[in-house]
This record gives sequence, structure tokens and C-alpha cells, in this order.
Amino acid sequence: MWLIMTALAAVIATAIWYVKAPEDKYKLGLLSLLFWGATIMWLVDHVIAYITEGGEFFEINLDATLLGVAVIVFALFVWEIVLVVSDPKGVLKKSAKKVETTVS
Amino acid sequence: MACFLVPMGEAIVATAVQKVVENREKKVGEERIKKTGLSWSRRLSWLNKLLWGGTILLALEHLWHGEVVPWPPFLTAMENPANVSPMLHEMAIFGGAMAITITVVWGIMILVAELKAKAAMPKVRENPASGGA
Repeated sequence: MWLIMTALAAVIATAIWYVKAPEDKYKLGLLSLLFWGATIMWLVDHVIAYITEGGEFFEINLDATLLGVAVIVFALFVWEIVLVVSDPKGVLKKSAKKVETTVS
Repeated sequence: MACFLVPMGEAIVATAVQKVVENREKKVGEERIKKTGLSWSRRLSWLNKLLWGGTILLALEHLWHGEVVPWPPFLTAMENPANVSPMLHEMAIFGGAMAITITVVWGIMILVAELKAKAAMPKVRENPASGGA
């Protein structure tokens, strides 16, 4: 289930990136590549496991769905950390300047 | 068990290579990059994003399934010596296949981007007034 959910997140992130391209101020290219990397790796994992061990290709249950949600939330969290650290809108710089002028 | 460690190893090497290439490109200047289209540091950044994204999210999945723990030896398979050999086998098969697939996908991405850039070049040369950025 987490493979399907991550693939869906990758497709949506790529579509949003393409709408905004060539501008990539909010690093949507990074977000879509994060999702695509995980999607490809899980796809390979599922295919090899299916060939060698058999069983169901997709694990569809509550635990797998919750893992899918956790994966998407974690990827968004990583992306937001990168976004805040790089601060493309300069929000943190502006706040820091405001604090400096208030103190002085 | 620990298949994500193989793409992680590749990601560490690729990140180091990207840093070296970036420094080299800064020294050479942007002239060569403009002639050929995409810079190698940018191409490598795509590979690194794919590899690190996959590694981080697969590490979370392994943590979820209890195959990775936040205390030594970090991999639960390492706690029992009998599990070490199957773990290494899984790393070679699954991890190796993951790393190769990601690299092949990245290669195709570069090929498509290069072909697009080459196709766009004559148009820019024919009509320099339109820019090309």
C-alpha cells in the first residue's frame, strides 16, 4: 500500500512542479525526486520479492496504509526542513532583521 | 533487512563526487556549461536526490517494521549471527538491484534532458534575440 501511496505522491508532486516550472522557488523538484527515488526502490523491492518469494504483490491492510501516510508525512517534513533552511522567500532573514532593529 | 544501505553507500559516494565537480566547475567557469547545456553538478544532484529520498524513506519503512532500531547494532539482523549471511545476501540482491535501477533511471533522465537541450540549441542560435533562458 505504501508503494501505491508514495507513487501517487510522486505523480502529484511532479505535476505541481511542472505547472510551476521552470521556476522552482519552493524546491518542488526536490520533493518529487524524493518521492520518485523511494517509489523506484520499493517497486524493485516488490518485484524481486514477488518473483523470489511469491505471495501478494501489494500489501493492503491498515498497517501498510498507516506506513504510507507516515512515509508521505516524513518526506514532506524533510522537504520543509530543506525549504526553511534555504529560506527562498527570505522570511527568516526579514524576521531576524526586524528583531535586530527592535532590540537596537 | 538492510537493503537500503547499498543505495545509501552510492548516495554518499555520489554526494562527494558532486561536491568535487561543483568546485571544479566553479574554477572552470560557466562558459563550458553554457556550450554543453546542463552542468555535471546539476546532473549529479538529480541522482543524489533520488538516492537520498529513497534511502531516507526506506529507512523509515525498516524502522516501522522493526528491522532497524535506534540503538547498537542498529540492524536487528545483526543481533543473531545466523541472520548476518541472509542479510548480506538480501543487501546484494535487493539493494544492488535498487541502486542499479535508480542509476539507470537517472541515466535515462540525463539522456532525455540532453536531447531536449540539443534540440533547443539551434533555435536559440537562429534567433538569439529571443534569449534562450
